[in-house]
Amino acid sequence: MQYQLEGSQAIAKAVALCRPKVICAYPITPQTHIVEGVGEIIRSGELLNCEFVIVESEMAALSVAIGAQAAGVRSYTATSSQGLLYMIEAVYNASGLELPIIMTLGNRAIGSPINIWNDHSDAMSVRDSGWIILFAETNQEALDLHIQAFKIAESVGLPVMVCVDGFILTHAYEPVDIPSQEEVDEFLPLYNPATSLDIHKPLAIGTMVSPEYFMEVRYLAHKKQMDSLKIIQCVRDEFRRKFGRDSGGLLREYMTEDAETIIVTLGSVAGTIKDVVDDLNLQEKKIGVISIVSYRPFPIDALKDSLKKAKRVIVLEKSLAVGIGGILFQEIELVMKDTDAEVFSIIAGLGGRNITKFMLQEYLSRKSCKKITFLGLKEEIITKEYEFANFCGREGEV
Amino acid sequence: MSNPTLGNRLSKDDITIQSSSNRNNSLTCGHRACQGCGEALGARCAIDAAHHATGGKIIIVNATGCLEVFSCSFPESAWNVPWFHSLFGNAPAVASGVAAALRITGKEDIRVIAQGGDGATCDIGMGCLSGMFERNDDVLYICYDNQAYMNTGVQRSGATPPLARTATTVPHKNYLGNDPQIGKNISQIAIAHEIPYVATASIGNIQDIEKKIAKAIHIRGSKYLHIHVPCPLGWGFPTSETIRIAKLAIQCGLFPLFEAQYGKLYGSIPIDDPIPVEDYLKPQKRFAHLFGKNATPDAVSVLQEVANSNIVKYGLNGGDI
Ligand SMILES: Cc1ncc(C[n+]2csc(CCOP(=O)(O)OP(=O)(O)O)c2C)c(N)n1
Ligand code: SF4
Ligand SMILES: [Mg+2]
Repeated sequence: MQYQLEGSQAIAKAVALCRPKVICAYPITPQTHIVEGVGEIIRSGELLNCEFVIVESEMAALSVAIGAQAAGVRSYTATSSQGLLYMIEAVYNASGLELPIIMTLGNRAIGSPINIWNDHSDAMSVRDSGWIILFAETNQEALDLHIQAFKIAESVGLPVMVCVDGFILTHAYEPVDIPSQEEVDEFLPLYNPATSLDIHKPLAIGTMVSPEYFMEVRYLAHKKQMDSLKIIQCVRDEFRRKFGRDSGGLLREYMTEDAETIIVTLGSVAGTIKDVVDDLNLQEKKIGVISIVSYRPFPIDALKDSLKKAKRVIVLEKSLAVGIGGILFQEIELVMKDTDAEVFSIIAGLGGRNITKFMLQEYLSRKSCKKITFLGLKEEIITKEYEFANFCGREGEV
Repeated sequence: MSNPTLGNRLSKDDITIQSSSNRNNSLTCGHRACQGCGEALGARCAIDAAHHATGGKIIIVNATGCLEVFSCSFPESAWNVPWFHSLFGNAPAVASGVAAALRITGKEDIRVIAQGGDGATCDIGMGCLSGMFERNDDVLYICYDNQAYMNTGVQRSGATPPLARTATTVPHKNYLGNDPQIGKNISQIAIAHEIPYVATASIGNIQDIEKKIAKAIHIRGSKYLHIHVPCPLGWGFPTSETIRIAKLAIQCGLFPLFEAQYGKLYGSIPIDDPIPVEDYLKPQKRFAHLFGKNATPDAVSVLQEVANSNIVKYGLNGGDI
């Protein structure tokens, strides 16, 4: 059924439809409405048989989920930015222990300087943690991805992080179709883990692993991620059959068929980019868009295939690896390494800076581009800062 | 009560679960603790007692530390109970999660124990522990107090006693070991949370550990048990002396044995004839700088005062508490 809902409420509904047994979270903007939403669903009795544990920190939030999942029940948490960093030790722990926990990440910049608005620095800070990381483009997809996430996580035995852009999705009202409980129950069977903390089969879980075995453990973790590329696609196909909607998978392509230029990105900004591309393609510009859904595992082969005819690839990302540059950019360069295509990097939207159609049109109309462009950078502020720094600098001999 | 071991000459009151031939051996042989490790002994007694009291219905969550490292090295484990290790600082929260899962699936007869060293408890896991207490989650938390970070090589923790030498409080000309002004009393902090049950115990009194575990394990809500477990390696005493050192700590008043319910102290084990703290301190190398050539009687009196005040505060002289 169609509802007009805030993104966070849509996510809360999706999570409830998946019948988790333990939910725990600690509030942080812009994730707060999700936690409030699930809390309300549980307290009002809409979702029965679920413990809502109100914890004292993000470290505790994910740790409670770890304990619950290890004891054999489906568990869920959500966070953003500083909250993700505060729990980061547990983030690696959950994937190392192969616990299929689901976490929503309401993407937000990382301080200092403190900033509550959207970018992807938080997700990037855990990109190598062993979690499956999915990015939603719309609120409908955010809802759908959560339902798929439980299925993916429990099929492969890995935790899944669903990234939704803070404010842009979490706080935006959009029409969403919410499936019925019966439909979701048919799609997502009851959670029945092969191993858990069981008094009848006592196991020691989380033991020290020495150099004799550690390499193999890490190899298997990598292999498991790469194997889940297939499962993510199977779950997308099954979802389409069940709910009649295209959501999820490895990546979304738009007008890439004979595109000479392809813009690659993550998350909700794909919508704006597609609008710009629509306008420009009317002028026969041949521009396509790829937005990556499955950021981890990284779909190298799917990307190679989709980008094989491109002459120019532009990577637009809301993150920056200070000291080297774009993060997704480096990964796409790896994808394109045996081709003649040129790859360009756009760093945009950091800390919630708007990415407008105008900015993108202007970029795409440039005769030549630098390898890296900080889109919408205010040069006058940079100049002023340099002047100030020089003015305050130490005087005297070095 | 299970059958006493053949040839056991203990009186009926003194018979322990440990002395029974069909104890569970929850922490069984083959682990890698140092010879004479008080923590290994404490954990075995405590978990066997919990196993006995629940008919084997327990799940253990362990913080990082000596106990975790010496008991489990893949692919081996010395645990005969379901056992889970996540991190150094989050054991109480993980246990809260296990308890939540058991509650929602109607398996509350299975009891949850979280355990860790004094560092895990007083320092890095303090936030999670306080959260677990405040929510009154149905978990028994056991702290094995060896008064320093042993696993990383004997550094100071918030539970290191005044004047003790550790790797980060080495005595020098102007320093006498651990600063007497700092440190925290974690059992009192637990009591201040007004949880259903808080107690201290020591491997110097195994009957008492077993009694307190048997009581705590069936209480609903948060329980805290603080067990004194001397560490021969970190404290510097012969490996044959662990129990004796633990007993001396009790007898001088430096380690009081007490119980509290819902924020109120209600009982302690009296010590008939308190011994001077020197008798406890002298056999330990971590206090050697307080004696001998450069003796500092003033410093020892600092510890004697702690003992004296414990004797009054906890009614160890048979007085009111
Ligand atoms: C976040 C983190 N910081 C530091 C460590 C290193 N570390 C492991 S065990 C330990 C000390 C444990 O001390 P305690 O809890 O008293 O247990 P003990 O070894 O003394 O029994 C430390 C500092 C760690 N594993 N994780
Ligand atoms: S260092 Fe101390 S606590 Fe650790 S195993 Fe050795 S005796 Fe036990
Ligand atoms: Mg210790």
